[in-house]
Amino acid sequence: MTTVVYVPRDSSAVSLGADAVAEAIRKEVQSRKLDVKIVRNGSRGMFSHESMVEVATKGGRIAYGPVAAGDVASLFGANFLDGREHVLRLGIADEIPWLKSQTRLTFARAGVTDPVSLDDFIAHRGYLGLERALEIGADAVIAEVTKSGLRGRGGAGFPTGIKWKTAADTPAMPKYVVCNADEGDSGTFSDRMIMEGDPFVLIEGMTIAALAVGATQGYIYLRSEYPHARGALTEAIATAYSTGYLGANILGTGKSFELEIRLGAGAYICGEETAMLESIEGRRGMVRFKPPIPALEGLFGKPTLINNVVSFATVPILIERGGEFFRDLGVGNSRGTMPFQLAGNAKRPGLIEAPIGVTLREIIYGYGGGTASGRPVRAVQVGGPLGAYFTESMLDVALDFESIAAHGGILGHGGIVVFDDTVDMARMARYAMEFCAIESCGKCTPCRIGSIRGTEVIDDIVNRRRPRENLEVLRDLCDTMKFSSLCALGGLTPLPVLSALKYFPEDFGLAASDVEFIGADLTISTSGAGSSNAIA
Amino acid sequence: MSSRNGGAGFDTRMIDEVVAELADKPGALMLVLHAVNDRAGYVPAEAVPAIARALNLSRAEVHGVISFYHDFRTKKPGRKIIRVCRAESCQAMGAVALADHIQARLGIEFGQTSGNGDFTLEPVYCLGNCACSPAIVVGEDLYGRVTPQRFDEILSSATSSRSSR
Repeated sequence: MTTVVYVPRDSSAVSLGADAVAEAIRKEVQSRKLDVKIVRNGSRGMFSHESMVEVATKGGRIAYGPVAAGDVASLFGANFLDGREHVLRLGIADEIPWLKSQTRLTFARAGVTDPVSLDDFIAHRGYLGLERALEIGADAVIAEVTKSGLRGRGGAGFPTGIKWKTAADTPAMPKYVVCNADEGDSGTFSDRMIMEGDPFVLIEGMTIAALAVGATQGYIYLRSEYPHARGALTEAIATAYSTGYLGANILGTGKSFELEIRLGAGAYICGEETAMLESIEGRRGMVRFKPPIPALEGLFGKPTLINNVVSFATVPILIERGGEFFRDLGVGNSRGTMPFQLAGNAKRPGLIEAPIGVTLREIIYGYGGGTASGRPVRAVQVGGPLGAYFTESMLDVALDFESIAAHGGILGHGGIVVFDDTVDMARMARYAMEFCAIESCGKCTPCRIGSIRGTEVIDDIVNRRRPRENLEVLRDLCDTMKFSSLCALGGLTPLPVLSALKYFPEDFGLAASDVEFIGADLTISTSGAGSSNAIA
Repeated sequence: MSSRNGGAGFDTRMIDEVVAELADKPGALMLVLHAVNDRAGYVPAEAVPAIARALNLSRAEVHGVISFYHDFRTKKPGRKIIRVCRAESCQAMGAVALADHIQARLGIEFGQTSGNGDFTLEPVYCLGNCACSPAIVVGEDLYGRVTPQRFDEILSSATSSRSSR
């Protein structure tokens, strides 16, 4: 009987040597004349154990990890094909507490199936969402999405159902569905893991969306930094076309949906939805003025439904199981699960899908096990490069849209980056401004020039050049960027800067009293701030 | 503009091929630039008028798009491109020291190509490999948890694979 061995094709696993592991297994199988099939699955997201090799046995899939190519001979020596004991044996994959304690809905198949096998997808409840969508019709689909309480997982958290309704109710034709796969936030990789580990679920979600709003053409705007995702998606799209899941007559319904990948070219700003539309149209990724919103007038001036990868990938399961099922998870106005991504200096980093409302402490210590360096956690950035920094004492905050906003932060795309006590927070604040300067589209002045001035002013403060006056300049600059930038890049860059200033003033050579103008929610008081203080 | 950086070996027929294949696509310019950049390694200045003519755009429009995106190079790169992530997650795991080491080891700064034409060093802001920080890409290959020592090993295998070719 053929034994199935799983070795991830996920790019992070490959970056740790998964291809070499797969090759070593292939050679052992050949020389030992064994009957083994190697499946290149996605990653389950437990990167401390990648490359994680699994063997299908009667008692379930037994995991071994982290496996390096040099470990393969000893795995065969220990009869790992029968699931036997080995120093790297982790037990039944589904029973590993790090995975078992999660609520995997969007990521139910990631790491489990062969990502490019349609049969495997269907065998694991794939396309049941589309089937039900075709049964209940467009209006009911939009009602389910609305009822689920799903909010956009790309960063802005806009209610998905409202967006869909708006696009559906706009009469102009043709309409477009665009997937924002320009996942540029440092500390995030959930989009990548879906595209590499379960690309059909994205295709299914986009197809459901297209049928619901009446769109006939779809684009996936994929960042060029993700060649592995491009490969898996390209293969899955071709299969979907050849099997009638995409194209002119989807599953014989007479409805058509064409889907194409468009590549970005290394510009972070193209993750902003209107800059992304400009880029797809073949122009500089300059942010557009809103209104009109894209749902009314988007790509090529036509109604365009734009969602993030994870948002689309979450749609099939909530259509299949019903909106209530999703809505019953989560807290307040933040419903369902969210794939949190733990990165940076974490001992056990990775993809943690949990009901919204889990605490930052549970993610960082419960799942993450503290820092990789073993040193104390000093700062945590939540929500990508435009997100606020949190201190160790703030980690009991719940990860939901409202609780994070109460601290002035953003949940963003769910990225969490941990720093130990060696971090220089003045340097991180400067970097936030520097990144904004590098990636600014240049359309609005606060972002284009403010970010450059921001780096200069932070340098001046740190180097004790008229720090009192320069702190006032920085305060005003942050205020201006926050309120008069055209999009979130300029508008939110002050968050990492202000939170670094507020919680780590000593790194700037400042005292806590110097930064009292920054409120608990990172609002800026512009009256008399920074004056009566110890800076000289 | 000087043709020192590539005019010499540049084949204009490639532009014609690329344009013939892609010009009818909506928003074709990005597709055309990607195709030229992939095949030649950069978008030569000499290609701009041809692309503009074929897509019925001004040269300024084409130039504007090339200059906007980090991926589109205007100079021929080295034989292998090394991209080093400089974003927060990698910084939290020593990317600043790693970047210093890599620059010293190659004797070049970001944006430069080594004298022998072997390597071009480029910054990148997130490779999505944040759970295995710090991350770099050498040629087509992504590496995670890269230490200065591991970089040296990667570099020597990249160098030996080239000389054995």
